[in-house]
Amino acid sequence: MQKYAINIAFFVGCLLIVLAAQFGMVDLYVQSVIMFMGINIILSSSLNIVNGYMGEFSCGHAAFMCVGAYVSSVVTVVLFAQNKIFGAPILPPDMAVLFMPLAILIGGLVSAVVGILVAVPSFKTRGDYLAIITIAVNYMVISGIENLEIIGGSRGFMGMKQVVYAMSDVVNIPWMMIWTILGTVFTIWIIRRFVSSTYGKGISAICQDEIAAEIMSVNTNKMKLVAFMLSSGLAGIAGGLFAHVIGYVNPQSFNILKSTECLVMVYLGGMGSLSGSVLSAVLFTLLLEALRPLQIVKWVIIPLILVLLMQFRPEGILGNKELGDVFPRLKRYCRFK
Amino acid sequence: MKALLGKFGLMVALLLVSAFMLVGCGGGDSDTIKIGFNIPMTGDIPKVGEASKYAAEMLKEDINSKGGLEVGGKKYKLEFVYEDNESKAESAVNAALKLIEQDQVAAIVGPNSSKQAVPAGGTCNDNRVPMISPWSTNPDTTKDRPWVFRAAFLDPFQGPVAVNFSAKQFGAKTAGVLFDISNDYSKGLAEIFRDEWNKKFGDGAVVAFESHGTKDQDFSAQLTKIVAAKPDFIFVPDNYNQVALIIKQAHDLGWTGPFMGSDAWGSAELMTLCGDDCKGQFFSTHYAAAGAKGDTKVFIDRYTKKYGYTPDDVAALTWDATRLVLQAIQDAGSVDSDIHKERKAIRDSLSSVKQFAGVTGNMKFDAQGDPIKCAVVVRIDENGQFVFAESVCP
Repeated sequence: MQKYAINIAFFVGCLLIVLAAQFGMVDLYVQSVIMFMGINIILSSSLNIVNGYMGEFSCGHAAFMCVGAYVSSVVTVVLFAQNKIFGAPILPPDMAVLFMPLAILIGGLVSAVVGILVAVPSFKTRGDYLAIITIAVNYMVISGIENLEIIGGSRGFMGMKQVVYAMSDVVNIPWMMIWTILGTVFTIWIIRRFVSSTYGKGISAICQDEIAAEIMSVNTNKMKLVAFMLSSGLAGIAGGLFAHVIGYVNPQSFNILKSTECLVMVYLGGMGSLSGSVLSAVLFTLLLEALRPLQIVKWVIIPLILVLLMQFRPEGILGNKELGDVFPRLKRYCRFK
Repeated sequence: MKALLGKFGLMVALLLVSAFMLVGCGGGDSDTIKIGFNIPMTGDIPKVGEASKYAAEMLKEDINSKGGLEVGGKKYKLEFVYEDNESKAESAVNAALKLIEQDQVAAIVGPNSSKQAVPAGGTCNDNRVPMISPWSTNPDTTKDRPWVFRAAFLDPFQGPVAVNFSAKQFGAKTAGVLFDISNDYSKGLAEIFRDEWNKKFGDGAVVAFESHGTKDQDFSAQLTKIVAAKPDFIFVPDNYNQVALIIKQAHDLGWTGPFMGSDAWGSAELMTLCGDDCKGQFFSTHYAAAGAKGDTKVFIDRYTKKYGYTPDDVAALTWDATRLVLQAIQDAGSVDSDIHKERKAIRDSLSSVKQFAGVTGNMKFDAQGDPIKCAVVVRIDENGQFVFAESVCP
């Protein structure tokens, strides 16, 4: 029972959210906040692989989100929607339901490939120098898309709403909510498996001491490549979901500010703590929404919370521990394995 | 252990408090009309949000001090709800949904820039809520969206205005263009201008077409190229903060010819940033603050008195957009207690507005929800005032 408690609780929770959305028990605003929460969870936990578990400093995470968002949007729009650039849909729009997760995965795969852009320089440099490279990648991606006239350039790209409508026409259930939850669960599952595998141990070894790890026969280049590609691929999934939830993407939505938001979530939750980054993503999204009425004062309060947190708990909410380590009594009810 | 549990308790409490704050209280008095404002109070362009809010506050005080808005013989108090969209696309969608679902507003004014207005417009259209964007110029904001309107004229209209005016005023045959490639407004307008100019004076009449990035501070490379091509004037469809730098640097490079600008110049900040360099230049915009007459003058004087600076075009456009919504509510004849029917009534009367006299000129909407209105070209005089030079109507 303990073994499955957390899975069951998770499943029931997700089911409740979807049911509540389906029968209108929560309004659209709360639904959209929940969806952004899911997207932020993916972003923060995927960045945690690089910044937390591997101990590098990547501050261009939004670039991969941008690639994923554009690729999956272009795929779904070309296939299923009438578009002034690409013409009539190639496949019948009804099939969008089946193809949607695939399109988002394609976005993730392409951004994983773009992740090599960061991974290869990381073989030779680390620390501050790598951080600068990641910022450069962020700028490169944005400028690249701004100069790609065929997908709208700086005007942005739209048409994803039609695909979402096409899905609702088949069966009227909150599709985007379901995909977001599935994406989030998939991300958490894969990261959990990854960090507890030998790859994960290798990455932790790199974090502790790269040379020592190499002497102990860890193939550091391979580890770095895998870690960067996984991290950027998951960010691409977040981007694909983001694009379809909003129905419009614009390169400037993925600028350095968005990357900073991802960083803040990772450091708020604690580096190298999966449950920490999930918790901080939820907290951060809620804080941003709840403090919205304060307008400008909000940007005094949120940084102040961060400063206070760094002063009194510099390792973040959970440090590098998981929820079960910080609250051992929880282990009575469920096992975090 | 206790301390840890305490911390856990605190965290849960924080989560719960923020969750409850999300579930605000909906509904309201039947004697009030709620209008939502989805504006950037923080982020890249806080001044724009501030101007919108000030203009709206002034209008609300006006009407509420007279007992409210009279619809079908009954007076309704106005309630304006301001939501900050942080000048981010996803926040604009959230803010729009919050206004629609939790605040139950009858109509939404904003967002201002296209980056937020396009996605928020989609959200409003999906949920059948009338929305007017005061400032957005991207055609996609209103395209195929029967519930979305705008108060600003579009770039395909503004471009030719700039072309015709500068051809006449400067006697120009050739033009140089400098624009911001990552700003869709600037890029779109620059391209329209180039195409129109080339159509008028033959291919190659735009002798230099240079771009720069957002937040660039140094334009000497682009300006050197433009100056070397010897155009008769330089068209700069850029935001006011960059305009100030561009004009100064062009003068440093020995450029003495004229500049022509677009409506993004029209900010109260331009003259403080630019100083003497900008005097004598022209730009096309929504209205001219100096030398205005009638209602426009009353609006400008009151705004200046109340807030201490001349209202820029966002303030004027927000004022017009909000008044358009109120006009539509009045035209509908009665206020329905069912919010969905009320929204429908507002949309219907908005789309059939015959003639609306706003501070930025007379306007009505075309089938797409875009306004048909005049543009003005203003000159920056020796005192730094934006003085009316010419009015161009479609």
